[in-house]
Amino acid sequence: MAAQLRLLRRRIRSVQSTKKITKAMELIATSRIAKAQARVEASRPYSREITKVLSALASAAGTLDHPLLVERENPTRAAMLVVTSDRGLCGGYNANLLRAAEELHALLRDEGKSVQLYCIGRKAVGYYRFRQREIEQSWTGFSEQPSYHDAAAAGDALVQAFLAGTDDDNGDPGPDGVPGVDELHIVYTEFRSMMTQTPQARRIAPLVVEYTEEDEERESQRSEGLAPLYEFEPEAEELLAHLLPKYINTRIYAALLEAAASEQAARRQAMKAATDNATELIEDLTREANQARQGQITQEISEIVGGAEALAAAGSDN
Amino acid sequence: MAEMSVELVAVERPVWSGHATSLFAETTVGELGILPGHTPLLGELVEGGIVKITTTDNEVVTAAVFGGFLSVTGDRVSVLAEAAELADEIDVQAARDALTRSGDDPDAASARARATARLKATGENG
Repeated sequence: MAAQLRLLRRRIRSVQSTKKITKAMELIATSRIAKAQARVEASRPYSREITKVLSALASAAGTLDHPLLVERENPTRAAMLVVTSDRGLCGGYNANLLRAAEELHALLRDEGKSVQLYCIGRKAVGYYRFRQREIEQSWTGFSEQPSYHDAAAAGDALVQAFLAGTDDDNGDPGPDGVPGVDELHIVYTEFRSMMTQTPQARRIAPLVVEYTEEDEERESQRSEGLAPLYEFEPEAEELLAHLLPKYINTRIYAALLEAAASEQAARRQAMKAATDNATELIEDLTREANQARQGQITQEISEIVGGAEALAAAGSDN
Repeated sequence: MAEMSVELVAVERPVWSGHATSLFAETTVGELGILPGHTPLLGELVEGGIVKITTTDNEVVTAAVFGGFLSVTGDRVSVLAEAAELADEIDVQAARDALTRSGDDPDAASARARATARLKATGENG
């Protein structure tokens, strides 16, 4: 009995210290979500402006002719950028994302495209390496606080691979001898709210030019002769060629920021659940320990009483 | 006096916004001054360049801008940059060190351009 009590007490102490750790991680994650959200907010003005500039360029230049905007005739190779976290302890965050990535992978395969993997975050690298799949390129070490520099590194590599695919012909590398890709996809986790984060798969190239209402407005202005006639420095085509890769980098950066916020939110949730579980476990174990203690006392009393009675019985015999 | 609203935004944060009477920038084609009422214009800025904004209070705001674009529409000017730093945020000593370190190494060309732009923005000699 005494041994059981000691075991229970030891376990309670162990769970208590685990609880301290998970509680601390929960608090840290909570404060980082706010920071991550502030970063998402801070990056909005730029992406809004670059979209404006791009649509101005699109409507003013008339014809848009750039490889990044043209749908390839029969796409055979696709690149997939998978954005995961570097660290675990964030619940189903990485598992959900990798499942979405596998779905996209299967879909692309069904469409007859071979898939090249680009990974961000150690978890994705580990996942694919364990399954012995070839990873084209990977970037790690910044999943919690991505900077634009990190996004640009990945973006430049992807755009380069995409542009190398311009002259490919049915899986043949083409004149430049570099097998490129015909499509770029990104799989990341979208931050919906503190409680929900959903994996998203998006195609980032070729870009689809969407005509929004604003464009239509501009279109009608143009017919009335009110559209601003832009001057370009340098020429429109050259400007477009420089602007588009930056636009893609911005998209990747935005995805990384969302993913970072989601990661923290997922971690907070997981750690909160762990803390709650620890509290519950401690409560149960304490109850059990008390019972054991009480049992032990009862036993001791009955032993003493039994012993005294036995002595008394032995005395009365004399 | 005529004025225009200017926004200087970097990818990671908006850097400066306000009203100005003139703006100076360097595009890949040449240097450019913009006054209110300028023709709509889209331009690409040089890799490590500076942007000088004269505000309506007659103050001059200078910033080092890396990999940027300039868009002028009506009375709005926006400068988009991959990274931008206002002159008073720049660590002159660090920039000077970076410049010395990059030396004549062709691999460090972009580092050199950055350091030069930073020094130019603070009005120091590179």
